Amino acid sequence: MQQIEFDTKWTMVIDVDKCTGCGACMVSCQAENNIAPMEDGSNKLKTLTWLLVYELNNGKDFPERESAYLPRPCMQCGKPACVPVCPVVATTKDEEGGIVSQIYPRCIGCRYCMAACPYHARYFGWFDPIWPEGMEKALSPSTSTRPRGVVEKCNFCHSRLLDARARARAEDMDPNKLPDGWYKPACLEACPTGAISFGDSKNPEHKVHDLIKDKNAFRLLESLGMDPQVYYISRRDWVREQSDNHLPKDKH
Amino acid sequence: MDSNLFPEGVTRCGLPKFSLWMAFVSIFFLWGVYAAVIIFANGIGVTGLDNYFGFGLWITFDLAVIALGAGAFFTGFLKYILKIDQLKNIVNLAVILGFLCYSGAMLILTMDIGQPIRAWFGYWHPNVHSMLTEVIFCITCYCTVLVIEFIPLILEQKQLNKIPFLHHFAHHLHVNMALFAGIGTFLSTFHQGSLGGMYGVMFGRPYAFRDGFFIWPWTFFLFVLSAVGSGPVFTVLVCTLIEKMTGKKLVDYKVKALMGKIAGSMLCLYMFFKIIDTWAWATGYLPSVGFTFDEMFYGNVYGKWLMWTELGLCGVVPAIMLITPSIRNNPTLLYTAAILDCIGISINRYVFTVQTIAIPVMPFDNWEIYTPNWAEWATSGMIVAYGALALSLCYRYLPVFPQEVKLNSNK
Repeated sequence: MQQIEFDTKWTMVIDVDKCTGCGACMVSCQAENNIAPMEDGSNKLKTLTWLLVYELNNGKDFPERESAYLPRPCMQCGKPACVPVCPVVATTKDEEGGIVSQIYPRCIGCRYCMAACPYHARYFGWFDPIWPEGMEKALSPSTSTRPRGVVEKCNFCHSRLLDARARARAEDMDPNKLPDGWYKPACLEACPTGAISFGDSKNPEHKVHDLIKDKNAFRLLESLGMDPQVYYISRRDWVREQSDNHLPKDKH
Repeated sequence: MDSNLFPEGVTRCGLPKFSLWMAFVSIFFLWGVYAAVIIFANGIGVTGLDNYFGFGLWITFDLAVIALGAGAFFTGFLKYILKIDQLKNIVNLAVILGFLCYSGAMLILTMDIGQPIRAWFGYWHPNVHSMLTEVIFCITCYCTVLVIEFIPLILEQKQLNKIPFLHHFAHHLHVNMALFAGIGTFLSTFHQGSLGGMYGVMFGRPYAFRDGFFIWPWTFFLFVLSAVGSGPVFTVLVCTLIEKMTGKKLVDYKVKALMGKIAGSMLCLYMFFKIIDTWAWATGYLPSVGFTFDEMFYGNVYGKWLMWTELGLCGVVPAIMLITPSIRNNPTLLYTAAILDCIGISINRYVFTVQTIAIPVMPFDNWEIYTPNWAEWATSGMIVAYGALALSLCYRYLPVFPQEVKLNSNK
């Protein structure tokens, strides 16, 4: 599949060393995107968690043991595995900014995109969404709810991008050149430690432009060539080593 | 009681005995219908599938029956295009089996997609880059071709054939069957290949990803070869099963041995490329993305034994058996080889479907185990029961086996 380059590249940078694994990002993501709580959430492989926090460890026993927490939204890959496989063009990467979209009314629920994504960033609506009584009044008005039977995923809170663009138009600015901080996904706002940064990595005025060049910055599964738009930073070698698969003879 | 409906010159068991058999199979069929109703009403959340295993038993079952149903297009190709006349004695059964396998697979697919009502979107919003789009187009077109190939056989039913219009219609369809066989061969070859391509293009999944030729990964060609290497012997096995159940000779053993020879030759070709492919994958591609061969396997359900069984016991062994005349001409050994062949191809479809997505690609991720639940087993069983019911009716009322009268005349 041909890779399309955009003038804007919305990029998330997550400082793993700052993440405490509190899960506030997961909760805010659920609220922002109208993800219904499951009646029985005991099977975590059937729950909807667009943003999932993984617990990593250095493989050693106490007292040398160290842990790290790695939030995993959709990687919004430059060369996504999910897009070329979708039989009905329900998922595409064609909007300025490079967010991989998911068109819920188009999706037939074949789940081929889920099989293709090695990050497990795509989720299937196994059940009809049912909100506890009264909670339906607190749904976010800017995000559509999904029926069961379609694949859904993180879209960098795309509705907030639309809001930011609308604000730019109202203030007579270029909606495709948003100033840093105008467009913030919900997980970023909720993070108590400031571990998440977000912006246009092609715009030198945005913080992430420099962050992705940090010597400790890395992306997940670089060797597969999917070119994710989510970067991580860790000053710990053992965390960075777990970003990709390496053979013992490989130099990290 | 229904003997007027039987094909000319043959005998069949009494209606009560036949009804008892049909009732027995219907129990499994109705159990599956019950599961299907539950699934359509409540969604596929009631199955054992989850966010790790979007593909499971259903897709494995679909791929396996479609490969085993390849006897239809390949036998049709050999009979009508390459004019191997002996195959006329088994081509009817091959066509019926192909139709049952494909229509059964399509029935499963209506359950397998989360939004069955949107199934037509595949035609309305096709993504030309997706192998699945090719599968959707080919599977429906080929199923239509199979219906066209099946219709003349139905019209040749003794009573229907007395109606002049239907008699002539069936005759003309027969005359033009080479055309449909050709179209069917084209469609099914691409369809079998696209199923392989579906996995081969998943570059995020190192177990399945393969480089390839032009837009097709190697798995495209391997799936075609494996299907034609197993479909013909599956037809032979079903034929033999009917013979054992009815106590009649239906097809001359020479025809079965010929089918075994054809499948064996294709299986040899397949195994040659499959072994090279596996070697290149293990020593070339996997290290390039930081994996070792050992990391592709886990526990018993994803163990190396599956690979060695698929390639060795159920691959090389039946291939050698089927191309060796002395072995092939021994019925017990031919059937043994055929069973091994079909098991091997089914294992191949299982590992490509389930093992591919069970492997943790992110280093900090975990292997997950997939267990299909009753709803998936019941609906898969429903398709087998549907096949058994339809095949029973075909055997009883349609002239499926041209040699039956002659082979049983001295009884």
